[in-house]
Amino acid sequence: MNRALNWTGQALLYGSFALALGVFSRWPVYHPLPDGMAQVKVSFIHHGARLAECRPYTAEEQAKMAPNMRKAMKGERERSPVHSAVDIDGQTVLDQNAPPAGLSRDGASTLYQRFNVAAGEHRIAVRLKDSQSASAQTHQLERTVTLQPAQVLVIDFNPDKGGIVLQ
Amino acid sequence: MAFQPQERPPQGNAQRLTRPVVMSLPGSALDPTGHSTSPPPLPRLANAYRALEHGFDAAFGSAGNPLKQLGALGFLLLWLLVASGSILFIVLDTSAAGAYRSIASLADVPWMLGTALRGLHRYAADAFVLVMGLHIVREWLLGRYRHWRRMIWWTGVPLVGLVFVSAVGGFWLNWDRLGQYSVVATAEWLDALPFLAAPLARNFLGDASLSDRLFTLFIFIHIGVPLLAVFGLWFHIQRISLAKVFPPRPLAGSTLAVLLALALALPVHSQGPADLGSLPTTLALDWWLLFIHPLMDATSPTTVWVLLGLAFVLLALPPFLPTATRQAVAVVYPEHCSGCARCFDDCPYSAITMVAHPNGKPGMRLAQVRADLCASCGICAGSCPSSTPFRSAEQLVTGIDMPQWPIHALRRQLVDGLRALPGPMRLVVFGCDQGARGRLDAPDVLHFKLVCAGALPPSFIEYALRAGADAVLVNGCRAGGCAFRLGQRWTEQRLTGEREPHLRQSVPHDRWDVAWTDTGDEPALAAALDALRQRCQPGAHPASEESHR
Repeated sequence: MNRALNWTGQALLYGSFALALGVFSRWPVYHPLPDGMAQVKVSFIHHGARLAECRPYTAEEQAKMAPNMRKAMKGERERSPVHSAVDIDGQTVLDQNAPPAGLSRDGASTLYQRFNVAAGEHRIAVRLKDSQSASAQTHQLERTVTLQPAQVLVIDFNPDKGGIVLQ
Repeated sequence: MAFQPQERPPQGNAQRLTRPVVMSLPGSALDPTGHSTSPPPLPRLANAYRALEHGFDAAFGSAGNPLKQLGALGFLLLWLLVASGSILFIVLDTSAAGAYRSIASLADVPWMLGTALRGLHRYAADAFVLVMGLHIVREWLLGRYRHWRRMIWWTGVPLVGLVFVSAVGGFWLNWDRLGQYSVVATAEWLDALPFLAAPLARNFLGDASLSDRLFTLFIFIHIGVPLLAVFGLWFHIQRISLAKVFPPRPLAGSTLAVLLALALALPVHSQGPADLGSLPTTLALDWWLLFIHPLMDATSPTTVWVLLGLAFVLLALPPFLPTATRQAVAVVYPEHCSGCARCFDDCPYSAITMVAHPNGKPGMRLAQVRADLCASCGICAGSCPSSTPFRSAEQLVTGIDMPQWPIHALRRQLVDGLRALPGPMRLVVFGCDQGARGRLDAPDVLHFKLVCAGALPPSFIEYALRAGADAVLVNGCRAGGCAFRLGQRWTEQRLTGEREPHLRQSVPHDRWDVAWTDTGDEPALAAALDALRQRCQPGAHPASEESHR
């Protein structure tokens, strides 16, 4: 009798163990994106313009340098942050300054943002300004796109392909 | 040798002695006068956990209880993961284009062998996380993170992170919709760290940006990190001796059978090939391993980093909690140590090493105690052949002893206590402080509370019977549940003659017994004593009557 109870107890406990593993390895079903939605990803790696143009060293600056270290031109390393803005159907969803990387702020500016939007037709406007001294946007693109449910639209920057690209 | 005199019961007027006699060595739970009623109670949660364990004892038996074998079960699951993973690695095509196809084709292998293999690998990983979680909870509830266990606890903390990293990385290798979701979510989570020059998530903007070399990184994460975890496990168990890296065979066989049955009943399928141009909308998520992704979706990457940091701080914190003063550690007496190494063999925490004896005799060794590893359990004193009470020395000094409850005091209290019992029945109980905590309230019982049953040299049973006891009961934790890991096991083996020092076979077995009882089993302990009392009525043993006269 005791043996039968032991076997029953073991069967129940092993069964519970298997049930817990089996159930939570697949349930509840997860929906990363709600039905009828698509996703827009805005991402780029882009070097902003240098904050200052290269210029010749002044005579005073040259005098302060060791003779063997003297150079003709001084190039400022710091770059401009890259400002980007995205409007979808006239509504601004992104308006952000991406600072240059690096301790000397001389690296590339990077951005990665994503937004869920309803599937369907949208008017998308992208503006990019990579020079602080520029008075207006340096790159811009405006286009109407039709997004399928669950589609991912990537907004990237590729100078070889003409600047802002939608893919 | 440090020795504290004990209160001596009155002699010559034994008939007036009516209260139960509870003898205790200084430093154990009861004070020598017996006025302290009980050792500190276990926390309520620990009691609840013990009750759960006892329920499992009823089904599996005490020694085969999976809740007492969680560490060994974890190792079993690791071996299963290594074995099944090695075969999966052989069939895996490590390229963006071929990975999905190579794993999905496992479903076409005849006799469901591929399905079984894949399911076994996945469910073993799920079970590993479950077992690891239970292992942490158990050790925490039972307070096993203090003093000598501190480093064992701390070395376990990073393993939790390594396990999850390697487990999550396994989903990427398959490169289905679930793997795609997991890798993008992980990349976005890592991008929240401030020191990355470029967003990792850019690697997954489109199928064109995905390179086969990235799969090399995935393989490193899924194979390299587990190797690191195995190395960490070595540190984790280094401070315990005879670590169990395989559970008892019935438990191992049943666990394997359950995982295989699960793999065949609920096969693990790929959820469609990855396509970075679209998002999966419905996923059968493995919540055991991937819960962190929905948590990030519901909050933010920064929140998850903060929660994770908090979780690891909380995990690392228990050893810093205030705790009782540590007991004095074992002391070796070189002039009485023969270098037999029994204490070295029996120490549960590898606190003893054998070194050259200072007397300079070639080949002679001496035990040396590492204070930071010593648990003060006294198992070494119980294993020392010099701990026999039959030695004629008036001051009994053994090879290795606990200064706060020396063997000499145990012998003296045994003799004094037996003289003080009114009779005609005289019972001796050598109890364990970590097991059943009740006092055996009877005037015919001399109850010793030892810090661990393993601290009792077995010859004390024979000595007690010769000194006038009618019967002796040895009491310790239930099998598999010893608070000092090996005390119950060594005691049982010493008493059955399987381990040195052993109880002589000439000692009549009907006059001694054992009761393996945990906290909460006090009625069982009392029942075991009653049974012994019924079995050993006074006068039935001429030897004991002789000694009283």
